[in-house]
Amino acid sequence: MGRYFLKRTGAAIITLIAASIIIFGFIHLIPGDPVYVMLGDGATPEQVALLRDRLGLDEPLVVQYLIWVGNALQGDLGQSIFFETPVTQVIREGAETSILLATITMIWIVVIGVPIGILSAIRQGSWIDQGLSGLAMLMASVPTFWVGLYLILIFAAGLGWFPSSGYPSIFEEGGLSNLRYLLLPSIALAAPNAALILRLTRASMLDVAREDYVRTARAKGIRPYRVVLRHILRNALLAVVSAFGFTFAALISEAVVTETVFALPGIGRTVVQSIMRRDYPVIQGVILITVCLYLVINLLVDLSYRLLDPRVELE
Amino acid sequence: MLNVDDIVVSVQGGPDIVRGVSFRIEPGEILGLVGESGSGKSMTSLALMGLLPPGLALTGGRVTLDGADITHLAPHQRVRREGCGKMAMVFQEPMTSLNPVLRIAEQIEEAVRVHDPDIDPGPRARELLDMVRIPDAAHQLRAFPHELSGGMRQRVMIAIALACRPQVLIADEPTTALDVTVQLQVLGLIRDLCDRLDMGVLFITHDLGVVAQLVDRVAVMYAGKLVETADVGPLFRAPLHPYTGALMACLPDPESDDPLLATIPGSAPRPIAIPPGCPFSPRCARATDLCRSGPVPLVHGAAGQTALCHFPLTERATA
Amino acid sequence: MMRALSGWRRLAVSRPLTMLGVIFLLTIVVFAAFSPWIAPYPPEQIDPVNRLLPPGGAHLLGTDHFGRDTFSRLVYGARLALLIGVGVVTFALASGVPIGILSALYPALGRVLMRMVDVLMSFPSLLLALGLIVILGQGVFNAILAIGLIYLTTTARIVYGVALRLRAEPYVEAARSAGAGTWWIITRHILPNMVSPLLVQASFVFAFAQLGAASLDFLGLGAPPEIPSWGNMLAESRIYITRASWLLLWPGLMIVLTAFSLNLVGDAIRDRMDPRFREMVRK
Repeated sequence: MGRYFLKRTGAAIITLIAASIIIFGFIHLIPGDPVYVMLGDGATPEQVALLRDRLGLDEPLVVQYLIWVGNALQGDLGQSIFFETPVTQVIREGAETSILLATITMIWIVVIGVPIGILSAIRQGSWIDQGLSGLAMLMASVPTFWVGLYLILIFAAGLGWFPSSGYPSIFEEGGLSNLRYLLLPSIALAAPNAALILRLTRASMLDVAREDYVRTARAKGIRPYRVVLRHILRNALLAVVSAFGFTFAALISEAVVTETVFALPGIGRTVVQSIMRRDYPVIQGVILITVCLYLVINLLVDLSYRLLDPRVELE
Repeated sequence: MLNVDDIVVSVQGGPDIVRGVSFRIEPGEILGLVGESGSGKSMTSLALMGLLPPGLALTGGRVTLDGADITHLAPHQRVRREGCGKMAMVFQEPMTSLNPVLRIAEQIEEAVRVHDPDIDPGPRARELLDMVRIPDAAHQLRAFPHELSGGMRQRVMIAIALACRPQVLIADEPTTALDVTVQLQVLGLIRDLCDRLDMGVLFITHDLGVVAQLVDRVAVMYAGKLVETADVGPLFRAPLHPYTGALMACLPDPESDDPLLATIPGSAPRPIAIPPGCPFSPRCARATDLCRSGPVPLVHGAAGQTALCHFPLTERATA
Repeated sequence: MMRALSGWRRLAVSRPLTMLGVIFLLTIVVFAAFSPWIAPYPPEQIDPVNRLLPPGGAHLLGTDHFGRDTFSRLVYGARLALLIGVGVVTFALASGVPIGILSALYPALGRVLMRMVDVLMSFPSLLLALGLIVILGQGVFNAILAIGLIYLTTTARIVYGVALRLRAEPYVEAARSAGAGTWWIITRHILPNMVSPLLVQASFVFAFAQLGAASLDFLGLGAPPEIPSWGNMLAESRIYITRASWLLLWPGLMIVLTAFSLNLVGDAIRDRMDPRFREMVRK
């Protein structure tokens, strides 16, 4: 287990280094002098000189990269041009919204996708299964922002049950009840992803149901529901767990759109606004952070998968 | 005790795979069910267990165990029915027949809890492992299936089957996937358990060598029908059915110098294209027009030997 | 002709929904090919008097905030949808297939290429596309490149998996040991077996390209606003949804039905595929 962990961590670090080179190169790929790209066109000569010196722009690219990585490791992702504050602070301000949104969405996905997938598999071939499978495929074909706009139209503008936009922090007035601002966005974000998890759960349940050891379990005289719970479900969920890393990546992507639709003060909307404002250091920082997050989560998913499946110990 | 009467297994909306099979198994007796792959022997055994895969169904006939009708009952229904006899099954693939994520103990105790709800499953599981002669039982109980060898896994499968306290054990090619030396040990174990527990065994195989070593009586299956049934001695000495005769001819003969094994010309018919009359007639040297149409008579030889044939190999047989 | 008819009948009986999907996709193709003849108005014709008209009357599906005819814009939008779909699929296959096959045939090269694919996959897909658009600038062609880059990775992974399996097949091993050249192996043994997995992947990529393009349009980073794409129509109608909710309905339905139909078609092809490869193209 320990060796496996080291191997996986090593692979993740190599991936991260490669990704960081791409992200570092990003600034240099944008047409124009990197200093003006980062400071904007209204920069004073003093600012330009200072940044040029701090980033070592007169040094070779390799040295520049090392300086950049060194700064990043010390928690310095540069300055936002628009906010004129450190990028890390900009990200920190959006973090609460984005993390809560992702968490609530993940809960929806697990609570909706997995049980319905199980139901669909147990009733394989019935009209319930066909209806649910068709619905899942339909949901996977729907743009999240379109679902979001309809949710706003019906539940916020129409019925007035939920706020249509924004999100005040749960640490401000209102406390935990502010989470209601995230309800509609999380449903919109969950819809297509829950559909994918539903399809995956169903498919792996049916795969496992065909295994010889399920027949062995039946032959023992165990009741069908116990066979499903103890023998099919547990093995089927192994495949589902390993898909959670991928789902999380999809969430981060689609949150960019969802946060924009619901005007949530999250990292995703900050990215979109930063693109409009040409605030490249912020874009760079957000991408770097999300890649790190993605790698860490995939590593955790992978390890928990190994812990759940005793066969892997031998490898 | 186990009485199988004219059972039929069909593909839903398709042909019959098992076309009227009957046999009996007495306590302490091993019946060998012999046939090529695709002859319907595995489906016969799954039908008896009530474990037919989706898309297949038992569409005719009756199965009784100790007088109780168990046709169409799944194993969990048999457990909960008063006075209902029990069967257990050991499968061909010991590699895939155990749940990879559960320890051996959990998989045996699970069966114990179903069939002996009142006893402590832990000691019983250890006792079962002793019965199938697994050394160091306490240690093996904590193992996961992938940590055991193929032969050990098959012993665990037998232990699980015994946990069901079966009157009849069905073993579907349990040794095919094992090494030859391990094969012999497992066969010896099955014979021993059958004698000691006075349990009936339905042993399914395509290997006549195994049949000669192990079983008491033999039923030969071809294209979904039992073409011959006999005690093992008479069968090997004087087979009645030309198909049985042809199978014998395919066995390696230690006294012959011919390096080539004999084969049966042609191949077994598929269930959708079974010829009328005797299904073996297209491959049979003795077949006449009579064999290729109409019903085939059941002929009797000595000592309860029977065969479905117009022209049995031994003249003494009578219709 | 008779064969085609019986094929349709079989599809209608066994998968009625998929057949409807195919019919819808054919309609989209007809819309795109004959837009000027089908659309009752030029898509950019502004009519300040008839703004935000509800469906019915002279404007079948109503008008938008400039008085432009919604139905006509939907018909023209089919052109961009097809362009994006075909472009992204072409890019993904043209890059992913060689990467996957070469990686499978040359393990040393494969380790490097597949690690690079892994690196690209560690970027959240939409952020990757957005980053590329920041570098390249906004535009239809750049949107195709940006979305295509996302599906380069998944396509390369699938092709790699299938090619690895095929390479280990006895008949391919035999051909290699008989001295068959790499090009022969690729064209005779690998590509022919790759057709159905690639068809399935192509239909899924085509479907998700629609969703990706719509997202870019919605963020204002896709097709330029003057182009009548379904995504742009949604983005523009956003502030009018409480007054004219039908503006939200039609373009959204077009996107959903296009993606849904393509997913149905992909599923149908996959169900008829060699089961060994079915696993690999599962979504």
